[in-house]
Amino acid sequence: MHELGVVFHIMDSLETVAAQNEVKGITKVVLELGEVSTVLEPYLQKCWGWAAGKRDLFREAELLVERLPALTYCEGCGQTYSTVEYGKICPHCQSPDTWLLQGNEFNIKEIEVY
Amino acid sequence: MREVRVLEIKQSVFADNDRQAGLLRQELKEKGVFLLNLMSSPGSGKTTTLLRTIEALRNTLKIGIMEADIDSDVDARTIQQSGVKVIQLHTGGMCHLDAEMTRQGLLGLETGDLDLAILENVGNLVCPAEFDTGASKNVMILSVPEGDDKPLKYPLMFSVCDVVLINKIDVLPYFDFDMEKCREYILMRNPDARIIPICAKTGEGIGEWADWLLGEVKNWQCEKNF
Repeated sequence: MHELGVVFHIMDSLETVAAQNEVKGITKVVLELGEVSTVLEPYLQKCWGWAAGKRDLFREAELLVERLPALTYCEGCGQTYSTVEYGKICPHCQSPDTWLLQGNEFNIKEIEVY
Repeated sequence: MREVRVLEIKQSVFADNDRQAGLLRQELKEKGVFLLNLMSSPGSGKTTTLLRTIEALRNTLKIGIMEADIDSDVDARTIQQSGVKVIQLHTGGMCHLDAEMTRQGLLGLETGDLDLAILENVGNLVCPAEFDTGASKNVMILSVPEGDDKPLKYPLMFSVCDVVLINKIDVLPYFDFDMEKCREYILMRNPDARIIPICAKTGEGIGEWADWLLGEVKNWQCEKNF
């Protein structure tokens, strides 16, 4: 629900990067988005489209989102499993002693610039 | 034809904000100002709880309040009647406050001689949890009418908070709110969370909450000297 806010954050960070690297324009932004990161891609894309039109640096910038699946590690049996499918309880040994290994990432991976 | 190149960034979207927040926390520590970030859903009783907190601590601590809302100044006006310094921040449509906005708010509050600055964050259980404001401690309010299942639905908020205040316990008989279940759900997300049931309207539980807060402020100010 805060996709517009994070879009502004991404653009602010990238404006700093652009200034440091003599960038005139950005043509592509690649993000890594975890499956349980609380950000929804369709909303993110919509907000991106709106905000990109308002900032010179981003007028031609396409947003590409790479999805990372959510995986949980079980301390009980040492196995990993799909977080979205099984949640907090390990499907192999029923232990609740588990933690998220990957899936809440929200990273700027790379940008294509000229 | 223009030449296109690729720049590797490899940083979290929140990295910039986390850095700013860390800096702000350090500066506040040097000044001996404790910043409390208070979060909750809209209507859970943040402003009433604040009034009670001010009443309990105003003779011991110098307090300043920042009210963050998308629009209006009704909360700031209410707090102003308590006599402490208060400013209203407008997020301009944003659903949360970040470290930079908090810094600007603190400037407006002129924190120089304050012991305790309280940020009443935008009413929302999602976004404020993801943006570190630079606060010394995070506290949230969950009110009884919202239901005991909220820790399951908004896990991040419950996992970033040091204290969960369960407010409006005077209406417990009228709701299917299971206090023990709620505790269990909160501790599942955050084993270190301190849970304090309160009723901001009647003042029940406010003593325990105010004692905790006073202790934390004193610790914060002591650490500064070492």
